[in-house]
Amino acid sequence: MSKMMMARDVYGETLLELGCEDRNIVVLDADLSGSTRTAKFSKVFPERFFNMGVAEQNLIGTAGGLAICGKTVFVSTFAIFASGRAWDQVRNTIVYNKLNVKIVATHAGLTVGPDGASHQAIEDMALMRVLPDMVVMVPCDGPQTKDIIRAAAAYTGPVYIRMGRPKVPTIEGKPGFQMGKAEILREGKDISIIACGTMVKKSLDAAGFLAGENKQAQVINMHTIKPIDKQAIINCAGKTKKIVVCEEHMITGGLASAVSEVLSEFAPVLMERIGVRNKFGQSGNPDNLLKKYNLTTEDIVKACHKLL
Amino acid sequence: MPYSDEQIKELEQKAKKIRRLIVQMITKAGSGHPGGSLSSTDLITCLYFAKFRHRPQDPKWPGRDRFHMSKGHCCPLWYAILAENGYFNINELWNLRKMGSILQGHPDWRTPGVDIASGSLGQGLSIALGMSLAEKMDNGNYRIYCLLGDGEIQEGQVWEAAMAASHYKCDNLCAILDYNGYQIDGKISEIMGLEPVVDKWQAFGWHTIKINGHDIRQILQAFDQAEKMKGKPSIIIAQTIKGKGVSFMENVVDFHGRAPTAEEGKTALEELK
Repeated sequence: MSKMMMARDVYGETLLELGCEDRNIVVLDADLSGSTRTAKFSKVFPERFFNMGVAEQNLIGTAGGLAICGKTVFVSTFAIFASGRAWDQVRNTIVYNKLNVKIVATHAGLTVGPDGASHQAIEDMALMRVLPDMVVMVPCDGPQTKDIIRAAAAYTGPVYIRMGRPKVPTIEGKPGFQMGKAEILREGKDISIIACGTMVKKSLDAAGFLAGENKQAQVINMHTIKPIDKQAIINCAGKTKKIVVCEEHMITGGLASAVSEVLSEFAPVLMERIGVRNKFGQSGNPDNLLKKYNLTTEDIVKACHKLL
Repeated sequence: MPYSDEQIKELEQKAKKIRRLIVQMITKAGSGHPGGSLSSTDLITCLYFAKFRHRPQDPKWPGRDRFHMSKGHCCPLWYAILAENGYFNINELWNLRKMGSILQGHPDWRTPGVDIASGSLGQGLSIALGMSLAEKMDNGNYRIYCLLGDGEIQEGQVWEAAMAASHYKCDNLCAILDYNGYQIDGKISEIMGLEPVVDKWQAFGWHTIKINGHDIRQILQAFDQAEKMKGKPSIIIAQTIKGKGVSFMENVVDFHGRAPTAEEGKTALEELK
């Protein structure tokens, strides 16, 4: 059994480490510091932490003002508010000005669970990906969260990082993290499964199941949604001719769209999409929701069968 | 601080020159926002020519005061002032709103002297707040000024920022409200009234200074008063006249966002001699 961790716990710890290493790091939150885990930073560095209250538009704008004065700013709230409520502020204040602001959004996807549709961001990758030169990253587990947060801090410019609420299993044996470079977690010649975030482990499980049927699936962890690793996608198309894309997000606008944009331009092959289909979420426990919305290992296997 | 009559006169002349440049730029560009540029001309002229600490040859000098024009559509005013200060060649003004120009239709980072873009209304006070927090953290010894439009403060984000700026006791921050009484669709009082506007800012914890926004002495004294205020942010609520200085533009809402025709431009320049 692999180790279970909350990405946001790792985020909180990594932020604290970064705060110790770099006095230039400033953190902002909007009344969710307990949930996003920025509270950890706030207790050690109260002079470099600002709680902006329940006011996400001002949260992002203030981050912009700090960044233009030379600060490296980490901003956190739930994904639904960071990407939706404050989209115009992210666009016009942060991204248009190429400011050094890292938006670390937690509680993304259906697995927010009981809070229901109003809090389940399943559009955020689409909203962030469309912005010019925005970097969009999604860690697949705890250790990768640390890599991604550190990569974001080292990079100069706007970044959006998406993570979920619940614990996720650690995936062992990943190659060293590199921003913008897809990770091949399992080799296979028959079909490619490209996934991000919580769907990576499920994709590996699906590949394991398919191996029992003598079908070799390769699994790609596409942790960087933007800039997308075009070559990795083209390679998948060339090698396996069939692709399944999995994300805890709408099937429109997110990873599946990013992959299909590359495929349709450079290497058209058939693909299947696992994701939320033109619906809002609802309350429920995360596993039941994933079943209800067809985001399980079995659904990935089924999608592969369709193509094989 | 007492100001000599001579200094006042000089600033009045400077403001007139800035107004002429605004009219020329917008006329030549064929589009733009003269009304609000002219209503806040005296305010921002006084700021840049009497108060502001900056080095036009070194626009990113860390010790500089910060100015953010949140009502970005009035950038012809800002551009004219920056050019007059030597941030760039005055001839650039004639490229306003042209493709490839350093002077975009709304301010952005292409222009020397502009730190950060604006144009989507309501965002600037938050940006100024972030600058204010940075100054406090770094003991930067600079002040932050932010120009707001009266129609603009109908945006909710302005009040989020207003609340936070007083919470964080941002006494290095001075907002300037260009209260000309008009927005694109008509009179503020008819579209979405702001009154009692002084009470609103006071209720949000701000020090308010109400002035005639075309009286140079009052403007200068307001900036001084704001600088002395400790423990809370200040806002200068300036009663102004939209289109000030050009008779046929004054209080004419059409000139919020319409360029003068060549003929109108000529007449306006006659009036501003």
